[in-house]
Amino acid sequence: MKKIKTPTIRKSIFISFGLMVIISSGINFYKSRHMKEPVVMSPGVTQVKRLGQYFSGIAGTINDSHVYLLEGEQPGGTILVLGGTHPEEPAGRLAAWIFVENAMLEKGRLLVILSANKSGSTVTRLGGAYPPDYTIPTPWGERKFRMGDRWSNPLDQWPDPEVYIHYPSNQELAYVDIRNLNRTFPGRPNGTLTEKTGFAITQLIRKEKVDIVIDLHEAELQYPVISTIVAHERGQDLAAMASMMISGTEDFNIGMENSPPELRGLSHREIGDHTQAVSLLLESPEPMLDACRGRTDRKLLLDGKDEFLVKAYQHGLLFEKIDKNGWPIKKRVGRHTSSILQITELWTAEHSDKEIIINNVPKYSQLIKNGVGVYLHNPAEAPPVRLEWE
Amino acid sequence: MVTFLYYILSAYIAFIIVWNLVKSKKWQDELLYIIILIPFILRILRLK
Repeated sequence: MKKIKTPTIRKSIFISFGLMVIISSGINFYKSRHMKEPVVMSPGVTQVKRLGQYFSGIAGTINDSHVYLLEGEQPGGTILVLGGTHPEEPAGRLAAWIFVENAMLEKGRLLVILSANKSGSTVTRLGGAYPPDYTIPTPWGERKFRMGDRWSNPLDQWPDPEVYIHYPSNQELAYVDIRNLNRTFPGRPNGTLTEKTGFAITQLIRKEKVDIVIDLHEAELQYPVISTIVAHERGQDLAAMASMMISGTEDFNIGMENSPPELRGLSHREIGDHTQAVSLLLESPEPMLDACRGRTDRKLLLDGKDEFLVKAYQHGLLFEKIDKNGWPIKKRVGRHTSSILQITELWTAEHSDKEIIINNVPKYSQLIKNGVGVYLHNPAEAPPVRLEWE
Repeated sequence: MVTFLYYILSAYIAFIIVWNLVKSKKWQDELLYIIILIPFILRILRLK
């Protein structure tokens, strides 16, 4: 009988160890990438379309995302809410979710995209040790959401160039931003997946004759553009009024900033320049994005409490305040829902021929009182026609 | 096309690592080859 050599046994042990790591991590990565998030659509949702219906070049790809249409009984204006342009900013997606699951339109139309860059929602920041998902407690159980990343998944778009040249401005941007949807507007039909996604959204805005686009985001507390509405020139009056009204009537303050004409690829700049729509972008504070944060886990993502950030604030290093109470997700989502409602109210007051009246969506004070989960409905009890998956 | 070439390149590097693993005589090198092989395999399988 032939004797097995020691190196062969040793190599076999090492290979077995490697296979175990590959299998266990591979299962984790696969599950995370293919996790489905339920959407219990409000009776106000009248149609569900896909981005591919506005630009066939995106049809069948991972970014052929759902477009939820809520139409009022009376005609009016059209508003588009973008959630998940940056999926790692969860208040944006959750606020959009609350609109799809609760809103009832009295006048006009509301279009919502929950996963504007779905590819980006299937991966987390490489090397960042971010949690792959998080759960929101509800009265009937828990709802699980993908955490996501700022950029499209490299599995869907790779490799990155040395320098990303934005189309059509030819401005040179960071290489990785070729996978950043909020640097690729207005997009191009023969570009990368992310550029095609931007183009599909631009086409949707043109074809559906959208009047207002609101792109929902979150920002680091170390970043100066925070707790604000960033507005294209044609949206400055609306944003300034909204900022004053919200700060005067709600329990939070929000600023207003002009979209810089020289900073290309962002929704508030390019959608305003290339379509008929007024383009606004909302930022709420997300401590988990800050470089000087502590442990990066689901708890930090949801309660926004971090002792290192409190210390940084005490040293005057932040652009938004933070204390031991942190920035819980209900606060961040509430800022977005109240801001959208206030913007539509002001729009309606100024445009009698294009009114948009949205009912049954919780404002900031209701979210602070009840939490986010109360406004997310049980998919197990939803009729199949009212259930969709992201 | 570039993406396809990238996967070919990844597979080629994975093959070289496996080849070195087979030829290696030091246990430290063998362990190192296994560790650096993991991300290449995960990428070729389109898992990460």
